[in-house]
Amino acid sequence: MLEIRNLHARIVDDGTEIIRGLNLTVKAGEVAAIMGPNGSGKSTLSYILAGREDYEVTEGEILYNGQSILEMDPAERATAGIFLAFQYPMEIPGVATMEFLKVAMNEQRKARGEEPLKIPEFLKRVKDAAALLDMDMAMLKRPLNVGFSGGEKKRAEILQMKLLEPKLCVLDETDSGLDIDALKIVSEGVNALRAPDRAIVIITHYQRLLQYIVPDSVHVLYRGQVVKSGDKSLALDLEANGYAGVIGQAA
Amino acid sequence: MPAVQDTIDRVRKIDVDQYKYGFQTEIAMDKAPKGLSEDIIRFISAKKDEPSWMLEWRLEAYRRWVTLDEPKWARVHYPKIDFQDLYYYAAPKSTPGPTSLSDVDPELLRVYEKLGIPLKEQEILAGVQKTDVSEFEEASDNVYKSGRVAVDAVFDSVSVVTTFKKELAQAGVIFCSISEAIREHPELVKKYLGSVVPTSDNFYATLNSAVFTDGSFVFVPKGVRCPMELSTYFRMNEKNTGQFERTLIIAEEGAYVSYLEGCTAPQRDENQLHAAVVELIALDDAEIKYSTVQNWYPGDAEGKGGIYNFVTKRGDCRGDRSKISWTQVETGSAITWKYPSCILRGDDSSGEFYSIAVSNGYQQVDSGTKMIHLGKNTSSRIISKGIAAGFSQNTYRGQVSAHRKATNARNFTNCDSLLIGDQCGAHTVPYMEAKNATAQFEHEATTSKISEDQKFYVMQRGIPEEEAIALIVNGFVKDVIQQLPMEFAVEAQKLIGISLEGSVG
Repeated sequence: MLEIRNLHARIVDDGTEIIRGLNLTVKAGEVAAIMGPNGSGKSTLSYILAGREDYEVTEGEILYNGQSILEMDPAERATAGIFLAFQYPMEIPGVATMEFLKVAMNEQRKARGEEPLKIPEFLKRVKDAAALLDMDMAMLKRPLNVGFSGGEKKRAEILQMKLLEPKLCVLDETDSGLDIDALKIVSEGVNALRAPDRAIVIITHYQRLLQYIVPDSVHVLYRGQVVKSGDKSLALDLEANGYAGVIGQAA
Repeated sequence: MPAVQDTIDRVRKIDVDQYKYGFQTEIAMDKAPKGLSEDIIRFISAKKDEPSWMLEWRLEAYRRWVTLDEPKWARVHYPKIDFQDLYYYAAPKSTPGPTSLSDVDPELLRVYEKLGIPLKEQEILAGVQKTDVSEFEEASDNVYKSGRVAVDAVFDSVSVVTTFKKELAQAGVIFCSISEAIREHPELVKKYLGSVVPTSDNFYATLNSAVFTDGSFVFVPKGVRCPMELSTYFRMNEKNTGQFERTLIIAEEGAYVSYLEGCTAPQRDENQLHAAVVELIALDDAEIKYSTVQNWYPGDAEGKGGIYNFVTKRGDCRGDRSKISWTQVETGSAITWKYPSCILRGDDSSGEFYSIAVSNGYQQVDSGTKMIHLGKNTSSRIISKGIAAGFSQNTYRGQVSAHRKATNARNFTNCDSLLIGDQCGAHTVPYMEAKNATAQFEHEATTSKISEDQKFYVMQRGIPEEEAIALIVNGFVKDVIQQLPMEFAVEAQKLIGISLEGSVG
């Protein structure tokens, strides 16, 4: 589903190269974890996948279902089924969460040539998804992410992910700022989205989240490259021995 | 940041030619000769079959006007206007005055149909729907659930039709063109016309007093709550013609009325002048809510053409506990010079000003309000949201003053500006003056740019760039949109989106 080949990318502003020849393949139905120390390029990778303009791809290719996405803007990528759950979701003052959900869902439907959702159907979907994430409907009347706690923001991200039904989900440090109860709820929400036709990429610093969302593959990112790949045991190994061993081999 | 650079590049290629209402209509017109003189004023007055006191009033204003100079203090720039090069009267030949709907030229009816303005009483305003997630909105206290709106349609210099007159008359409400009011209700017009904006008020108001051709008149008698939304729709069509409308709204003791005006004009290379005067009078316990959706032609991508909108709007809270509320959504005009104000004369009276001013292309906006506190325990509230894009300049200019007898005067002012791109400007010019030590004035002002982070986040959910900007901007102006009658809130939101099309890359 996702194939990244020899990707090089830099910050447009100052030319700093962050991604330096990254290769990664994630199949449909797979849950892949991307781990690595701070500054290894994990969040940058998530932004590049989503099409953020601050980064410029200088070499290599990103294929999604066999098609290059490099020329697509963020909205086109989203409509094609790529979803990024942000580490720091943005506040949108004056726009009720409910309204935002409706606009996003209907814009994606419009792009696919589908009719806008009827209100009762829309409400039903939102209520069901919110119940699953133990979210209060009253919260959804508030402006998106404005005054939300860290946990509420992350839940709102997963809620959007669920409602937009993406095919490639990228979760950037979704566990940061969550207490253990919220972590369980969010993880259950993500696990419920596991499906044979959907790939999930989990970017995380710690193994903690992977106890709840068990990955099929684990990849270690360092200095903009995948330096080691393995199965879930690799995450446990990193937890026990730290990154030093893996990085040492790569260096 | 590259994204910002990209935005700037696209702004350079800006296309404000998205104006939907730029068509013009071929209609046989009856015009006064070009230019302005006492004879022209006599001509206008005679055309309108006015009593002699009205003509005298006009002539007095004209004699005053020739001694005045144009105001120069606003932050707007434009070539000097040749006031002798304009037509001051243009009326469709077929309908020389307000008539019943069946008498109106079908060509004119087609114009309003094209504009989405309902002139048939069984129709409701085109494009008006309840907002979809209304189940989640707080229950609105809107009384006009039926969606029916009475309309006075003004085409160039004359009112062509006013709807729902009979039904309104049953409630005791007078809603007609000002020309008809001068003929039919002279005692009311004499008593109130010029009592808020005197003929000597300012250059443009004085000009208007001399040459005004039509406009709306509303009288809501004591204790009556006007049973429906009233609105006037102004259309400027004829080339080189100034539109000078005059609106007078009176709410007697305990009365309530909500009124909305809308405006559009064809797309032309020449600038057109619009100089209106609006006077509101609220007696004891009366409330007037006045909303404007101003969408005059703003000019093209190079700043050529567009309407010069020089307007004097003032409300007088003459009675105790009276209330006047101005809400404006300003998206059009090449130049806007407009300060809807409140004179808080009655004790415990209150005034409100809610404004959204969107400027794009080469538009220049200098708008704001004056809150003049004269009575005791008066309060005022100002919420202004300015959005500047393209090469536009957007100025909020406001004055809040408390007279020495205005004990416990209170004002809260909040001015927020949002910039899109870096070739535009936002300016805030607040004047505050308290001659009474018990006055409490608060002022807040912010200026921000739409962050690339916000835009990226919204787009990542599949919302295309222009819709993403419109969504963020509509969130920014939400406090003000909520003040509009529900029927128009949706239209206003759409209009803001259209006005900003082409402003971002």
